[in-house]
Amino acid sequence: MSSGGVLEHFTYIVTVFLMVAGLYVVIARGNLIKKLVGLSVFQTSVYLLYIAPGKLIGGTAPILSPHYTVYSNPLPHVLILTAIVVGVATLALGLALAVRIKETYGSIEEDEITAADNAVQDAEDARS
Amino acid sequence: MNLVEHLPALQVVLPLLSAPLAVLLRHGGIAFAVVTAGAWAAFATAIGLWLQVGEVGVISYHIGSWAPPWGIEYRVDRLASFVLLLVAGTAAIVLPWSRASIEREIPRELHYLYYAMFGLCLAGLLGITITGDAFNIFVFLEISSLATYVLIALGRDRRALTAAYRYLIMGTIGATFYVIGVGFLYLMTGTLNLVDMAERLRDVESSRPVLVALAFITVGVSLKLALFPLHQWLPNAYTYAPSAVTAFLAATATKVSIYVLIRFWFSVFGETLIFERLPLPEILLLLSLAAMFAASFIAIFQDNLKRLFAYSSVGQIGYITLGMSFDSVSGLTAAIVHLFNHGIAKAAIFLLIGGLVLGLAKPGGAPPAPTFDRLAGLARRMPLTCFGIVIAGLSLIGVPGTAGFISKWYLILAAMEAGQFWLVGAILLSSLLAIAYVWRFVEVAYFRPAPEAAGRQEASLGLLLPAWLLVIATLWFGLDTSFSVGSAAEAARFLVKVGG
Amino acid sequence: MENDLVLRVVGKLLIPFILLFALYVQFHGDFGPGGGFQAGTISAAGIVFHALVFGLEQTRRIVPDRLVEAMLAAGVLLYAGVGVAGLLLGGNYLDYFVLDPDPIHGQHRGIFWVEAGVHITVCGVMLKIFYMFASRSQRKDDEA
Repeated sequence: MSSGGVLEHFTYIVTVFLMVAGLYVVIARGNLIKKLVGLSVFQTSVYLLYIAPGKLIGGTAPILSPHYTVYSNPLPHVLILTAIVVGVATLALGLALAVRIKETYGSIEEDEITAADNAVQDAEDARS
Repeated sequence: MNLVEHLPALQVVLPLLSAPLAVLLRHGGIAFAVVTAGAWAAFATAIGLWLQVGEVGVISYHIGSWAPPWGIEYRVDRLASFVLLLVAGTAAIVLPWSRASIEREIPRELHYLYYAMFGLCLAGLLGITITGDAFNIFVFLEISSLATYVLIALGRDRRALTAAYRYLIMGTIGATFYVIGVGFLYLMTGTLNLVDMAERLRDVESSRPVLVALAFITVGVSLKLALFPLHQWLPNAYTYAPSAVTAFLAATATKVSIYVLIRFWFSVFGETLIFERLPLPEILLLLSLAAMFAASFIAIFQDNLKRLFAYSSVGQIGYITLGMSFDSVSGLTAAIVHLFNHGIAKAAIFLLIGGLVLGLAKPGGAPPAPTFDRLAGLARRMPLTCFGIVIAGLSLIGVPGTAGFISKWYLILAAMEAGQFWLVGAILLSSLLAIAYVWRFVEVAYFRPAPEAAGRQEASLGLLLPAWLLVIATLWFGLDTSFSVGSAAEAARFLVKVGG
Repeated sequence: MENDLVLRVVGKLLIPFILLFALYVQFHGDFGPGGGFQAGTISAAGIVFHALVFGLEQTRRIVPDRLVEAMLAAGVLLYAGVGVAGLLLGGNYLDYFVLDPDPIHGQHRGIFWVEAGVHITVCGVMLKIFYMFASRSQRKDDEA
């Protein structure tokens, strides 16, 4: 197609951007909540990766009818519905853990938590 | 209804049903009974499936009577039935053990949730093993992983929370990588059924999306199985989780991930792609060696016994992946045998350590961390527990007469068969490191004087019996290898033949 | 928000319709977009709305924690139970064809109960998550 690579591969570019951006946030941020936000963005990119190729321009929902001949592939939607549920469960569990960590450590910054852990470790070492 | 015909479905459904029942009944004791019954039923089912595979070969079960590749297929071959036995068997032994231990480690009102999560985790791991559908593997992977994060977070130490959080981040990245890889494969083949996918991949084998899929799946699953540089989540998770959870995970979770990797490499992508066109065996060989030496070396300097054996697990996984890197029947046999032998030895060790810390606890108090200063002279107080750890430790080293020897023997055979004689030296050298870390325990427990003259105070029978069953199993499979090596060799022959 | 008259009146008026709409989405799932997941979240949204307008304690009296937890488990059991029913009636696991002498009708019957199970569990999960986080922040406010 002469319309150029950008438009043709638009969904893929968005997918890869979300994927890399999400992963970057997970790795680069020390805040536990921000890490979870990044993780969610990362997972969202996968939804797009599956859904986008399943859509046919002009295709309808695959409910058989004599009026239509072109249908979109329904399977990716079903798969991604499952993946979304998994993502929600992961996010909820991650947030619950972050809340508990905040309650016991008084912080959700990774470096402060590591420092607190190291302090405990040093105290244990000094005792022995 | 013919029960035998439906064993593949029952394998997953029985433990899966036990989890919501445990939540519904909300009583610790009843939940324990329900989930344990589910695990035992799963074990019986796994035995049934193992026998059935011996009679009829590969079993294919169509969920909802939809024929593959449209419907989800449960597929049991020799390798799957072998891993199912390991997973269900470990659960059947660990669950009765955990009753006495979580009594002291987890608040009473959370007991039913512990059992429900255990049931879910078991169902997830069994599901990963039995299903023949790539996306279904992801769903079961997440079921078991989410349950695992909760189980680890139930640990008493506050560091259990950060360990669970870190594992959640790493595990989710791993699972998402896996699902990205499956997405690419689905784009290229239009199918999710593993057998169908393997056939259709032959036409598009070396196209770029397939290579990308291979990379994503390999890295994602490697995160889950704690291949050497990706093992960062494992030591803390194993150290701070409740004892029973550590024992169960050490024996099953990483092993099931290795199973997934074997499945994809040998059955789906095929050996020609993996071993002939790409430098994957060389990379895997280097990482395995790094795991065998670096992780075992780090293990020697740990002060916490649980953490020591957690690092040892990372090292032992190196032996399994080393066996995979040879691309030969004997190498794969060694990998599969070690997957089993290491699983039972590690489960025994972590159960016995769990008994140890319960013995160290003050009456009614919570068990302390098993640091070496607390273990001095403990062999006199708890002779059976310490002796069990020593025997299972000998299996980690690979002393003749234990199961560990068998797997190392086959590993050395595979290395010689591949003509890489320097690897024999490397395997023996890394075993010396294992001697060093097991010796640290022996030295402290047997030769250091106890701080106070305490009498014999052995762990209760309910704690000793399940653990010693596993210890005896490590000895048994070191002497009679017809079951373990027999199954592994059959599975390896099948896999290498299918791929080649 | 608990003292806002407009919200209270609108809430009281709307919540029954939200729940009714959830049921519409549930049962229309056979013929159009919809189904247990969507319906479950919509009915949970109705109850969460109630909690936002009338306060969490009020809602907890109507939909207690134990009920929510029972919903979590009951939905999964219902789903798995349909599968077991398929087994007992001589088909494979989750085989809907055998649920009725007429296979097409059997498919309808199977998906109906499965979606009902999904609805119950999804609604339970959403409420459980909401209760968990909402009650935590309230407790913290009381302490402060």
